[in-house]
Amino acid sequence: LSDDVWVIGGGVIGSLFAAHLSRVADVTLLCRRPEHAAAVSANGIRVSGRADFVGRPGASTDPAGLTDARLVIVATKANDVEPAAAQLEGRLGDGSVMTVQNGLGAEEVIRSHGTWPQLSAVTFMSGTKLADDHVEYVLDTPTWLAPYDGAPLDLAERTATLIVESGLKAEAMPDLEPARWSKLIFNATVNSVAALTGLPHDYHFAELDRPTDLGHLVRGLMDEGKQIAGAAGISLREDPWEMNVLATQRGSRHYPSMLEDVEAQRPTEVDFITGALVREAERRGVEAPLMTAVYRLVKGREASYE
Amino acid sequence: VRATIVGCGAVGSLFAANLAQLDDVEVWAFDLDREHVEAINAHGLRLSGAGDVVGEVRATTDPAELPPSDFGIVATKCMHTAAAIEATAPAFANGAVCSVQNGVGNEEVLAQHVERVIRGTTFPAGRIVGPGHVQWDVKGDTTIGPFEPSPAAMAEIERLADACTRGGMPTMAVEDARGPQWRKLIFNAATNPIGALTGLTHGRVVEDAGLRRLVSGLVDEGKAVAAVQGIELDADPEELIDHAARPDVAYDHKASMLQDVEARRPTEIDYLNGGVSRFGREQGVPTPLNDAVTALIKGLEASWAQT
Repeated sequence: LSDDVWVIGGGVIGSLFAAHLSRVADVTLLCRRPEHAAAVSANGIRVSGRADFVGRPGASTDPAGLTDARLVIVATKANDVEPAAAQLEGRLGDGSVMTVQNGLGAEEVIRSHGTWPQLSAVTFMSGTKLADDHVEYVLDTPTWLAPYDGAPLDLAERTATLIVESGLKAEAMPDLEPARWSKLIFNATVNSVAALTGLPHDYHFAELDRPTDLGHLVRGLMDEGKQIAGAAGISLREDPWEMNVLATQRGSRHYPSMLEDVEAQRPTEVDFITGALVREAERRGVEAPLMTAVYRLVKGREASYE
Repeated sequence: VRATIVGCGAVGSLFAANLAQLDDVEVWAFDLDREHVEAINAHGLRLSGAGDVVGEVRATTDPAELPPSDFGIVATKCMHTAAAIEATAPAFANGAVCSVQNGVGNEEVLAQHVERVIRGTTFPAGRIVGPGHVQWDVKGDTTIGPFEPSPAAMAEIERLADACTRGGMPTMAVEDARGPQWRKLIFNAATNPIGALTGLTHGRVVEDAGLRRLVSGLVDEGKAVAAVQGIELDADPEELIDHAARPDVAYDHKASMLQDVEARRPTEIDYLNGGVSRFGREQGVPTPLNDAVTALIKGLEASWAQT
């Protein structure tokens, strides 16, 4: 497994994986921009914050080397899983693929391009990309992984072990859905509210003193999410509201990616996160007026860009 | 008759300059913008656009200079009502004070400082283009009536309506002025925050099917809160919202709250959606969508303090 690891996508999560794993495996970061690959090849990836070292993964814009990969971590944004999967098709041999996207649906996209053993993962670690070759590691919360579509649990366990050896936190489990849905509900709420208000994930999100305080909306959104999960037969691993209170008490003032996206007028992942819950609610006949409202507002915000 | 305009911004100026056309009305204006006040005193208050008039208005930034008035017309932004009426109330010891502001809840604030209050809703609009000069964008009607818990007499309300109408601001005096106020409130609460949160013009909000349904959800909550109070709307906000989206009406209009948000000015959210929610809570009518957009806009305002 540790012979040849490829990471597709050099955002925060991809950079953190590539830098850490390069200390215990032969890692290549597959980038889209040549200057990104050049910077990483020349300088490595500097990790600051929760850790302090320079990782030395290889970097390339050429997917040809994927042929011999043992493990491919697809760490692109949800919108870019399809082109990543197309790069794997016809190249990746008998290696495995792990997806770590926000929201739902990345596994199906990969599966539609090949029969490789797959792992589903969600990651709670976060950071800020300061440069192509420098990532700030902010929250050292774990990555959870599980087999997808009949892959062996052993594969998830060995992958988790490799990630832990590299210095990141990880845990393998037989069923990802309880963890994935906890994060999905948390993410859909926090990202949408942050994108619309311009607030980082801070104490406002847990305030309940006055009737107009933001915490009421956050809790209302999470309650809708829990009802949708219940209707889908999922028992949550963690309570999203407790996750929210805990994260805001840490005082990290994390900038959710959807906030960064709207500030830079980039397309957001709202269709894969908040939209995934809205579609699931419709499919299961669950009322979700607040989730639907923030989903439409973020879509409206995207439509205002040009 | 002496009338004092409290808050001589765009809407206040429309009342001030038009009323000043009448021989039997003496008009004073209280405003904190020193340049604007000095220009009005030096050259008169000028309107251009939908009507071109110059009104002779006595303006001041000092409330102690205000003489006793028969009428006050309060046209400040909602969040400044309390400070403005607190400062000027002595001038209205024997007068009646009328709000022509946005939203709901302003009359309640006025009634804490003066005895006779008039509930008002006005549709004309304009903008300040320079000191002493206001562009009059849209003509429209004003409806005024007694504020029920602390009412002015119907006779004096009719006198004020008559003066405004003769001056060029068509105004109706009615026994129950809540209908137009809630119609305007519901229209604004259903559209302003959507524009402010998305950055879209009125027309683009209305033609986006998902957002249009959200607008209807906000309208329905407002209608329920109005109905439980026995308020009959004088027009259907849904029709007015669609009408305003026509290219020849206000398709390209950026809601005032969107303009506030772009300039990072405090919004009137507490008196719009916050007002719908507050009256809903008092009446036991749930308003989850109005609660939600109120929290989002207040969150947005809070984000400016951080950067």
